[in-house]
Amino acid sequence: MTTPSTTVKATGSSPGTPSGTEIRLDRVTKDFGLAAPAVDDISLTIRPGEFMTFLGPSGSGKTTTLNLIAGFETLTAGTIALNGTDVSDVPPHRRNLGMLFQNYALFPHLTVAQNVAYPLRERKVPKREIARKVAEVLELVQLTGRDDNHPSQLSGGQQQRVALARAIVFEPSALLLDEPLGALDRNLRSALQAEIRRIHREVGSTFVFVTHDQEEAMNLSDRIALFNNGRIEQIGTPQQLYAEPETLFTARFLGDSNVFELGQAALGRSIVWDGESWGVDPATVAAHPGVRAGSAIVVRPEDVEVAARRDEVPPGANAVRAVVRDVEYMGSYRTLLLAMGRRGLPGRTRVSPLRGDYAIGDEIVAWWRPGAQRIVAA
Amino acid sequence: MTSTPEMTSSPATASGPATGRRRYTKVDPIPWWLKAFGGVVVIFFILPTLFVIPMSFSDAATFEFPPRGFTWRLYENFFTNPIWLDSLGNSFLVATLTAVLATTVGTAAAVALWRMQGRVARFVRTLLMVPIVAPAIVVAVAVYIAFLGWQLTGTVLGYVLAHTAIAVPYVVVSVTGALGGFDLQLLRAASSLGSSPSRAFVRVTMPLISRGILTGAIFAFIVSFDEVVLALFLRSPVFQTLPVQMYNSVTVEIDPTISAASSLMVVAVTIIFLLPQLLRGRARRR
Ligand SMILES: Nc1ncnc2c1ncn2[C@@H]1O[C@H](COP(=O)(O)OP(=O)(O)OP(=O)(O)O)[C@@H](O)[C@H]1O
Ligand SMILES: [Mg+2]
Repeated sequence: MTTPSTTVKATGSSPGTPSGTEIRLDRVTKDFGLAAPAVDDISLTIRPGEFMTFLGPSGSGKTTTLNLIAGFETLTAGTIALNGTDVSDVPPHRRNLGMLFQNYALFPHLTVAQNVAYPLRERKVPKREIARKVAEVLELVQLTGRDDNHPSQLSGGQQQRVALARAIVFEPSALLLDEPLGALDRNLRSALQAEIRRIHREVGSTFVFVTHDQEEAMNLSDRIALFNNGRIEQIGTPQQLYAEPETLFTARFLGDSNVFELGQAALGRSIVWDGESWGVDPATVAAHPGVRAGSAIVVRPEDVEVAARRDEVPPGANAVRAVVRDVEYMGSYRTLLLAMGRRGLPGRTRVSPLRGDYAIGDEIVAWWRPGAQRIVAA
Repeated sequence: MTSTPEMTSSPATASGPATGRRRYTKVDPIPWWLKAFGGVVVIFFILPTLFVIPMSFSDAATFEFPPRGFTWRLYENFFTNPIWLDSLGNSFLVATLTAVLATTVGTAAAVALWRMQGRVARFVRTLLMVPIVAPAIVVAVAVYIAFLGWQLTGTVLGYVLAHTAIAVPYVVVSVTGALGGFDLQLLRAASSLGSSPSRAFVRVTMPLISRGILTGAIFAFIVSFDEVVLALFLRSPVFQTLPVQMYNSVTVEIDPTISAASSLMVVAVTIIFLLPQLLRGRARRR
């Protein structure tokens, strides 16, 4: 639940130009009068030029948070500031934020060029400059020559490109995108993901992107804010969220994991699960002075190895006996679905096709290095 | 007189370009007996109206069918007699002003009720329909009594206000129909692009529901143009509308010029009704 100060090294993922806008949410709450607030006391700073993704299950408050930033919803409590200026009471048309919608929201009575020119005309930009900017931005989204088409004459991907052009042509302080690729098929999605990433690099402004697709979030983001029940569960780079989940929810939401719930066990140099005694990385002990009730050990499938017998497990590794439940062929690797321990806890591991054959019902030993496991709060 | 039956078709013609302009003709072929039945109904409604046109060219001194001879005399009467011409002019004036006022008020009401949703909005929408379902004579008496006190009887303003009251529901229905296909997200898009709510209405909402507004305006015009009950109560010796003059011509003087007036009215009203379709045909060819 707590979101500790995540110290992200500004590595290769940081954007080139510092022209973006900082978006600061301070104790933001939105209550629709339902059982629980849709957005519950969120504090978050989105850095200038950052590609921030709101990820989370359906109904977790991502869209509501985005709409609060855009100004489409009013705050129940808290403040929102753009570059240090409090905009909590500023109407959406004066916030100067671009917005992309899942269903494109192009104006059907206007042509492509007129749609893109719309925000410029609202800003009374001179005619000649409008023409130049429209041509420029249509080239950026690779839609040159479609100026006079109406939106209904374009494919879904092309329509979203027009919407993207329209949302960036007036150089907004930031671009807000609410599942903009949700209505597109798989191939088009990845093509447009690449395009959005490129445009983010080129325009260098702050992007806030909403999705419930973890792969999309991993692909695009500088940082991901993982939403759960109106709160931010964890925030960090994609690598951080995957490799260092702080809660069980995070571990389960991003990628597959093997989860061993610990109950009341106290954490020392070793830990006992289902009769197996496992070593614990000293660093982990330092980070978790006491394992709370409901904590769990998480191991990613790619960190789990398979041995035929217990004496094949290297010394120092943590092991659990398991039965092969099913084998999934994934091409370059196979996934073994396991029943682990006495209770037959479901688990999974990846094995290379070179490493022998496994059949359903085989008894094996699954093992991993203590350094690969994470202890998370449930 | 002729406006109510057509009302049902207005939401279909009013739906804006947002809903696409494709029409599905291949779905469920219409059986022949349904077509035949439709034909009979059409004839039943239209035939009486068509009788009046040949009669307007009749040479006879009284109403007679089939008409005898052929003459433009009745039309000459109509266009040379200041009483007929003045009442025609009055009707046009009142109907035009009514159309403008009712369309403005009705569109505003329809858009507001559409944004409000909920039980209150539904109640208000029903309330707005009252002038259509209330017996014309009841409305007329109520208006007459009120307007006597306010000294509005026999004035253009009085006619326009009274006709607007009964024309607004038609505008509300037709604009509400057009709003049915309108995507609210477009208004959010507009505001994110820098449009204030009023600008968004002018640049996005209005163009997209323009056909509904136009249809509403035409209905309002025609409701006023052929309204007779209210007009009878509000008339003054110096100001009366064409339907009232027609009423006089059969009850007071038995003037066959009414056939010419009626024919002109039928033709005018039909043309006005076809206007949106003619405009649409032109827009599509563009
Ligand atoms: N206008 C509204 N009125 C009432 N409740 C709302 C409104 N908008 C959202 N909610 C509620 O707020 C909660 C969060 O909704 P939100 O749309 O922000 O979720 P989300 O994370 O975007 O989900 P999804 O992935 O399905 O889009 C939900 O429980 C939803 O029912
Ligand atoms: Mg959403």
